[in-house]
Amino acid sequence: MKGRLPPLATLGPFIALLLACGFFATQNERFLTGGNLSLVLQQVMVVGVIAIGQTLIILTAGIDLSCGMVMALGGIVMTKFATELGVPPLLAVLCGIGVTTLFGLVNGLLVTRIKLPPFIVTLGTLNIAFAITQLYSNSQTVTDVPDAMTALGNTFALGGTTNVAYGVVLMLALYGLAWFALRETASGRHVYAVGNSPEATRLTGIPTQRVLLSVYVLAGVFYGIASLLSVARTGVGDPNAGQTENLDAITAVVLGGTSLFGGRGVILGSLVGALIVGVFRNGLTLMGVSSIYQVLVTGVLVILAVATDQLSRKGAR
Amino acid sequence: MAADTTTNTPAPLVMEARGLVKRYGQVVALDGADFELRAGEILAVIGDNGAGKSSLIKALSGATIPDEGEIKLDGRIIHFKSPIDARRAGIETVYQDLAVAPAMSIAENLFLGRELRRPGFLGSVLRMLDKKKMLEESVTRMNELKVGIRSMTQAVETLSGGQRQCVAVGRAAAFARHVVIMDEPTAALGVKEGNMVLELIRRVRDKGLPVILISHNMPHVFEIADRIHIARLGKRAAVVNPKKISMSDTVAVMTGAKRVDELPADCLA
Repeated sequence: MKGRLPPLATLGPFIALLLACGFFATQNERFLTGGNLSLVLQQVMVVGVIAIGQTLIILTAGIDLSCGMVMALGGIVMTKFATELGVPPLLAVLCGIGVTTLFGLVNGLLVTRIKLPPFIVTLGTLNIAFAITQLYSNSQTVTDVPDAMTALGNTFALGGTTNVAYGVVLMLALYGLAWFALRETASGRHVYAVGNSPEATRLTGIPTQRVLLSVYVLAGVFYGIASLLSVARTGVGDPNAGQTENLDAITAVVLGGTSLFGGRGVILGSLVGALIVGVFRNGLTLMGVSSIYQVLVTGVLVILAVATDQLSRKGAR
Repeated sequence: MAADTTTNTPAPLVMEARGLVKRYGQVVALDGADFELRAGEILAVIGDNGAGKSSLIKALSGATIPDEGEIKLDGRIIHFKSPIDARRAGIETVYQDLAVAPAMSIAENLFLGRELRRPGFLGSVLRMLDKKKMLEESVTRMNELKVGIRSMTQAVETLSGGQRQCVAVGRAAAFARHVVIMDEPTAALGVKEGNMVLELIRRVRDKGLPVILISHNMPHVFEIADRIHIARLGKRAAVVNPKKISMSDTVAVMTGAKRVDELPADCLA
């Protein structure tokens, strides 16, 4: 497989992550401790799982602006179902994932059937999901969430102070699954093909609209799993969850080297991208930098990443 | 070469159409067009804009459904509802520009939409692709056609325009069982690259696959076609033999400057 991708495109994000880690290690001795690094992983798991769905969509040359808000709605649905309606935790979780999947389906149908641009469709569903979340929760945090729903936030010791959350393991497993599917199965390759050249793909007989629709639906499933992780991590159903995750997930995907023009990228890059975002947020916090600067840095990072993508594509022509 | 002009019995018909009509509102794109493709030949289809050339090709490749008329493949009447139907019937089409996925490898492009899966559990349950086998087959098939591309794992976008077109033609030739249709395969290419593709088209014919070639490029048409189908006003004006007719007479028939009965009889094919 050598020579398939320019090495910089695949290694670049990883090098950036190492540089960031190196920088923060020099700024604060606590940064490189096992305890802190496992905290970074826990902080990253929600964005990481959202980024899987986002990667699938961006690979088809689409974008999903609604991801974080849909995730928040899923969290509210599952916690309210469990606490107020008395739905058994597992079923409540499935209902929450069902709602996020439904949003994925709506996004997908609008993109494939009515041929609306994904940017506009998901800008709409972003607001719709946010409004429903606020209305349904009365803008109140849902508390007294059953233990079963927060189990993924529990940790197990990995020697010393390093504790790993079960949710992190789940996130890594999902990345493994997505990596395998995108790389080794025909359906995965078709996602790339659709992003590369929808017309050429259609002419080979691949049902491109079905590929697109399934990508949006699957992304909805990943957002639902992210809802559960968010609930597990915070222990509550938070109507204001997903506000940073929304753009962080897109940032993670782009930082990870997936092209916004579709058809190019590696899913594991999105994990690295999510870690870069997480490392910056964590490192800046340790340095005592105000959270507004974290937002500033994320903004600069995403523009840098998109610019690199654009310039490297020009170079390839 | 079954279309050899020295033999008196013409090669059998592979594809045949009678009285095709296609209307788009008030516009009659096809007005009772006939079509015949013989085994082992390169049949060029030429015509002015609006002559019904592309409507004819769309009907043959399943991209549009004609309102009237019938199409036969190997003597059997067929009804294509989509290009995929045509492909299943063994007709592969090379489209002008949009044939390939640029960031994907040549091997992946060749097998796009007809991927091979691993045998056993890995393929049936995990649905794993057999990348090794697809790579090997790509190498064999492209070697058969003498497409000189070193590595089948390189991305198509690293190739020149002519090489890309060779990949598209090679893919069609590798998988077609009956007919290869090529829509302006040399249109966007320079002289050298165009010749490379023409050479490949000849090899496809010599492999035994009949080729339908749509082209505006008269020198190319005269260089490789065994017969030339001239479309005019939604009908087939004539089928001529490029070895017996001049380029200017061909263009004259195509534009209506000359009637078919004004041509010497021996230049019809």
